[in-house]
Amino acid sequence: MATTLKPVNAVVVGFGWAGAILAKELTEAGLQVVALERGPHQDTYPDGAYPNTLDELTYNSRGKLFQDLSKSTVTIRHGIDGTALPYRQLSAFLPGNGVGGAGLHWSGVHFRIMPEELRLRSHYEERYGKGFIPEGMTIQDYGVSYEELEPHFDFAEKVFGTSGSAYKVKGQVVGDGNPFAPDRSDNFPLPALKDVHSAHLFRKAAEEVGMHPYAMPAANASGPWTNPYGVQMGPCNFCGFCSGYACYMYSKASPNLNILPALKQSELFELRVNSNVLRVNLDSDGKRATGVTYVDAQGREIVQPADLVIVSAFQFHNVHLMLLSGIGKPYDPRTGEGVVGKNFAYQNMATIKAFFDRDVHTNPFIGTGGGGVAVDDFNSDNFDHGPLGFVGGSPFWVNQAGSKPIRGLTLPPGAPSWGSGWKQAAKDAYTHTLSMDAHGSNMSYRDNYLDLDPTYKDAYGQPLLRMTFDWKENEYKMTRYVTEQMRKIAEAMNPKTIAVHVKNFGDHFNTRAYQTTHLLGGAIMGSDPKTSAVNRYLQSWDVHNVFVIGASAFPQGTGYNPTGLVAALAYWSAKAIREQYLKNPGPLVQA
Amino acid sequence: MPDDKAFNGRRDFLRKTLAVIPAITVAGYGVATTVASQAAPTLQNPYRPRFFTAAEWAFVNAAVARLIPSDANGPGAVEAGVPEFIDRQLETAYGHGNLWYMQAPFSADAAPEFGHQLKLVPRDIYRIGIAALDRWCQSQHGKVFAELEPAGQDDLLRQLEGGHLDLQDLPSTLLFSQLWQNTREGFFADPIHGGNRGLVGWKLVGFPGARADFMDWVDRNEKYPFPPVSISGERG
Repeated sequence: MATTLKPVNAVVVGFGWAGAILAKELTEAGLQVVALERGPHQDTYPDGAYPNTLDELTYNSRGKLFQDLSKSTVTIRHGIDGTALPYRQLSAFLPGNGVGGAGLHWSGVHFRIMPEELRLRSHYEERYGKGFIPEGMTIQDYGVSYEELEPHFDFAEKVFGTSGSAYKVKGQVVGDGNPFAPDRSDNFPLPALKDVHSAHLFRKAAEEVGMHPYAMPAANASGPWTNPYGVQMGPCNFCGFCSGYACYMYSKASPNLNILPALKQSELFELRVNSNVLRVNLDSDGKRATGVTYVDAQGREIVQPADLVIVSAFQFHNVHLMLLSGIGKPYDPRTGEGVVGKNFAYQNMATIKAFFDRDVHTNPFIGTGGGGVAVDDFNSDNFDHGPLGFVGGSPFWVNQAGSKPIRGLTLPPGAPSWGSGWKQAAKDAYTHTLSMDAHGSNMSYRDNYLDLDPTYKDAYGQPLLRMTFDWKENEYKMTRYVTEQMRKIAEAMNPKTIAVHVKNFGDHFNTRAYQTTHLLGGAIMGSDPKTSAVNRYLQSWDVHNVFVIGASAFPQGTGYNPTGLVAALAYWSAKAIREQYLKNPGPLVQA
Repeated sequence: MPDDKAFNGRRDFLRKTLAVIPAITVAGYGVATTVASQAAPTLQNPYRPRFFTAAEWAFVNAAVARLIPSDANGPGAVEAGVPEFIDRQLETAYGHGNLWYMQAPFSADAAPEFGHQLKLVPRDIYRIGIAALDRWCQSQHGKVFAELEPAGQDDLLRQLEGGHLDLQDLPSTLLFSQLWQNTREGFFADPIHGGNRGLVGWKLVGFPGARADFMDWVDRNEKYPFPPVSISGERG
C-alpha cells in the first residue's frame, strides 16, 4: 500500500543539470519544488576530495559515480527483428547516478549548436534538394531557433563559468575563436584555457593544412569565477581527473557546485535522494499528471502528488519513464506512427593516435576535461555536402582530458600485447602519444528507436528500456570522409607513426568500446504532435503538465557535445513555464 | 607450492627487499617496527590469499609474471603485488559481479559486439578458468601451468589470447582478457588497492600518480621531472 504525501507545486524527476536548472527556476518563480534523485547524495566534498578522488581504479575502471547497472540497464539489438541483450557492463556509454547525475562526472566540453542544425531537415532540403536526404533518415527541425535560444546559451555559460574564446559578439569580430560559430550576445565569462602541448601541436598542424583552429569552450574555469547564483569556482590546475570524477579543485562546473548551493538556500526546495521514480501518475482520462510514484531507500512505495511534473532524468530514463507511464503514443518503426521512442541517436566517433619520438612530450596526464583545440571546417554544414552524398559532419580536436595508464595507455600498431615487448612499448609510448577525435554527428532513422524490452526487468520488476540501433550507410560515409580530413592534421604533426580508428562499412554498433555518453532523442521536440513527443517548449503534447527536459529532446545527433544545448533548452523551457504556463496552465502550443 | 621460476624470482625479490629493511627501521622505539612490514607483505608476513586456493595462487603468480615480467625495464607484475591486487579485487562487489546487470536469460552465442553475456562473474572466471586450464596442461604436458617452463607458459598464454585452446568450461579468451585486464589494473592502480608496489608501474611509464597539479607544466614540451606520489603519500 503506497503512502501518499502532501501535494507540492512541482516534482522534478532526476537531479542532473536539467533537474537542477528547472528546480532553481521554479523555486525562483515561487513554486514549492521536490526533486527526486534515485541515487545517493554526493558532492565535491567528500566524494571528490583530494587525494582519495585521484583513484583511477575506483572511479574510472569500477565506475563509482556511474549508473548502477545491477539495478537497471537497457537492452540493445541491431535491428527490429533481433533479440535484444542487456548492456551488462559499463563500456560504450557511462550514465551517471546520484546527485548531479552525469553532470558530476562529465568532462566539461560546453558547446552551443550551429543554427542550421536546429532546422536540419529544412536546411538540407533548401541547400541540397529534397532528394538529398536518404530514405529512412528521419531527421527533423527542432521547432526553436538559435536566436530564441541565444540568451539561454549565454546565461548557462555564466552559470557554468565557461572558458573560451569568442569569434563574433553582436556582429563584431572580437577574437580568435571559431570563425564558423554563430553570433553571440556576449563574450565567454572566462578567457580560454591554455593549450596543453598536444593541443599546441594540433593548432599548429591544423593551420598548416589550412583549417581554422580554436580553443574549445570548456566549463572548466580558467580563472576564479562567481556565477549569477553567487557560487564561486576556482581556477583549473590541469590535474586531469575530470571525466569520471568530481573535480576536487571546484573548477569543473557541476549541478552540485554551480546550482545546488544556491538552491539549498530556498525553503521552497527539497531534494530527496535514493528515490527511484517508477511512473508519472495520470488522472482517469490520461490528460493530466497527478504526481509521481517512487520507491524510497527502504523500498516503500510513495506517491508524491504535484501540479507540475518535470521529467529531467538522463536521456533514456526520460523515454523509459514516458513509456512506463503511458505519456504519448509509443513509436512503431513498422508503421512510422507514434512518437515516444522515435529518433534515437548517438555520436559517431573516430580517433587518430599519433606516436612521437622521445623529444616530444605530450604528457597526457596533464589535461582538462573540456579544454583543447578544435577545428570546425568539416563540422555541421560548414563544407559542401553536395558532391559527398552524406548528411552531417564532425569537429576534430585534441581534447586531452587526462589519460591515466589503466584505461588511457595506447601503444603503436604492431606493439606486443603483453610481455617484455609490451613493457618496452608502454615505457616508450605513454608520455609521447597524443589522441585526436572526430566527434561526428549521428543522424536519426526510422528503425533506430527505443521501446520496452519484452524479456528483461529492472530491480523494481519493470521492463527495461530496449535500444534498437545500428550504424547506417550515411554514417560510415561521413565518418570515413572526415577522418581522412583529420588525418591531414595528424600527418602534418610529423609523428613517428599514427593509428587510425574508424568504422568500416558494415561494422555493427559495438557496445564494448567507449564512444561517448551522448545518447539523444526518443522524446523529441518539434512542431507537429504526429512527429514529436514534446512541443517547442519541451511540454508533452498529450499531458500538458509534464515537461520532458534533456537530450531526449534532440531530433538527431550533432557534432558537438550535448550538455550546452541541454542547459539552454532547460532555461528556455523554464522561461515558458514561468512566463506562460503558470499564468494559464494548458498546452502552450495548440496541436 | 610448485617450484617454478616465477616463484623463485619472487623469493629473490623479497629477499632483496628484506635485506634493506634495517635501513628503514623506525628508530627509537626499541622494537624493530619497519615500514616494509606495514606497507607490504614480507617473507615473515606474506600475503595470504583470501579467494584463491594454493593451486590458483600458483597459477596467478606464474601467469602475471609472464604477462608483465621483471626485466631490464624494472620490476614486473609479481614484484608489483598484482596477485594480491587480484585476490583483493575478487572480494569486492566487482569480483562478485555485483556491479553488472546479471539477470537471466544469458546468451552464450551472442555476437561479440554485445559484450559479456555469460553468467560468469570475475570470481567464476578465475575459479573455473584456472581449473580448466590446469586440467588441459596436465593432460597435454603432465604438469600444471605454474610448473611449465616460461617459454611454454608464454606459448599457452598466446593460445589463450587467440582463443585457440578449447577449455570446455569457458571461452579461453575470457580467461585471458580477465587476467590481462586485472594485471594491468594491478600494475597501474594506486597502491591502496594492493598492487603497484613501490609505484613501479607508474615509474615505468612516467605517470605522476596523485600529484594532480600541473598549473606550471601545461604548455611545456618537457619531461615532467617529479617522481610519482600515491594517495597515501608514498613517493616513487
